[in-house]
Amino acid sequence: MRSIHLNLHLSQSSGVPPYLQIVSQVKQLIASGRLSVDQELPAIRVLAEKLLINPNTVARAYRELEAAGWLYTKRGAGSFVAAGTTSFSAETCRRQIKERVRSLLTEAGHMNISTKDLIKLIREMDDAASKGE
Amino acid sequence: MDRQIPIIDIQHLTRRFNGKAALDDVTIQFPRGHVFGIVGENGAGKTTLIKHILGLYRAQQGSVSVFGMDPVRRPKEVLSRIGYLSEQPDFPEWMTIAQFMNYMGAFYAKWDASYAAKLVEEVNVDPHKKIGELSKGQQARVGLCAAQAHRPELLVLDEPSSGLDPVARNEILAAVIRTVVEDGRSVLLSSHLLDEVQQVCDHLLFFSQGKVLLSESMEAVLEKHYQISVRISAPLAWQALPGVFKATQDGTEWQLFCFADIAQLTNLLKQQGAQILDQRRLSLNEAFLARSPQRHILSEVA
Repeated sequence: MRSIHLNLHLSQSSGVPPYLQIVSQVKQLIASGRLSVDQELPAIRVLAEKLLINPNTVARAYRELEAAGWLYTKRGAGSFVAAGTTSFSAETCRRQIKERVRSLLTEAGHMNISTKDLIKLIREMDDAASKGE
Repeated sequence: MDRQIPIIDIQHLTRRFNGKAALDDVTIQFPRGHVFGIVGENGAGKTTLIKHILGLYRAQQGSVSVFGMDPVRRPKEVLSRIGYLSEQPDFPEWMTIAQFMNYMGAFYAKWDASYAAKLVEEVNVDPHKKIGELSKGQQARVGLCAAQAHRPELLVLDEPSSGLDPVARNEILAAVIRTVVEDGRSVLLSSHLLDEVQQVCDHLLFFSQGKVLLSESMEAVLEKHYQISVRISAPLAWQALPGVFKATQDGTEWQLFCFADIAQLTNLLKQQGAQILDQRRLSLNEAFLARSPQRHILSEVA
């Protein structure tokens, strides 16, 4: 399978080391099924140039993922998604989303945005996103 | 090239201006293939250090060696392997971009004219435009092309992003990454844009008042800087705690800023009867502010 673009977003202000941000985001992508077994990840230097981060940071993240069994490497070929990594169950996905929605509702409450307006906003953004594709 | 020799080896370097030490017994070694970030408040000694590396200053005390050579005694050999961009580059404004690149190329035996042309093309400006007609961001980007076209083993950037737009800043970061993904090449980046330093550097040198306050891998810098909130009724001798470099007190509540093994430190605090209220990692920016001597005065006023 061909290697794909990894859509990662790194925050410099969170205090979380960038390599850990990559690790958790790649895990999310694998667990949610957006990355499938045997799929190739971008080469270290390619991802480093794309994210404008030090290649050692990417290498460290790939090493951690490999040590934890999420990736395997073929010598001279690259890094691939390992088989047998548990993808999240439907229940886990739902629980994760519920947590996010809960904090979103709290935040909206603080800003005096009603749930009705929030739902409207989500619909609008969803429409815009699907038109954009 | 010999990978065993550090690319830069500075031993006990001291430099005084009018009796005041701008560099005070600085000892550092840079291995090849890394991106070194130099941070520190204005006047901390960053530019003075860089001028020694480029051979523009002679070491008054101590020694400076670049690629295993003294840059003052062998400027041609050293400078031909360095690419350099400063905050306020002194470009000939009357030259066109094309003329300027030709002119720069004449200095370097390893100048790659087609690579230079490719780099200039990415800047997206008419090469027949005069340097003086370019924006500050465009000038910096052209300067960066000139600093890279001989594929230097060491790229030295002294506050390159100051006052530049995001496009030019990203271009600089891209150049840093490009340099280091090619085997064995190194970058020295002095900057006060700490987000950028955190992003691209793998080793951090923290200067303060001419001294090296911290020289650590970026990983360690990000993983070991913590702010811990504790409650303790007994007096707290925080100076004796390993790794704690700053503490503020509000009644029985303390904020401890540390660079330490966090598990070890919190255990020690618990043994002394402290209750840990909160602990969180510091970003590079927060760690810098907590460590900078000048900021203490400001925070006390505020």
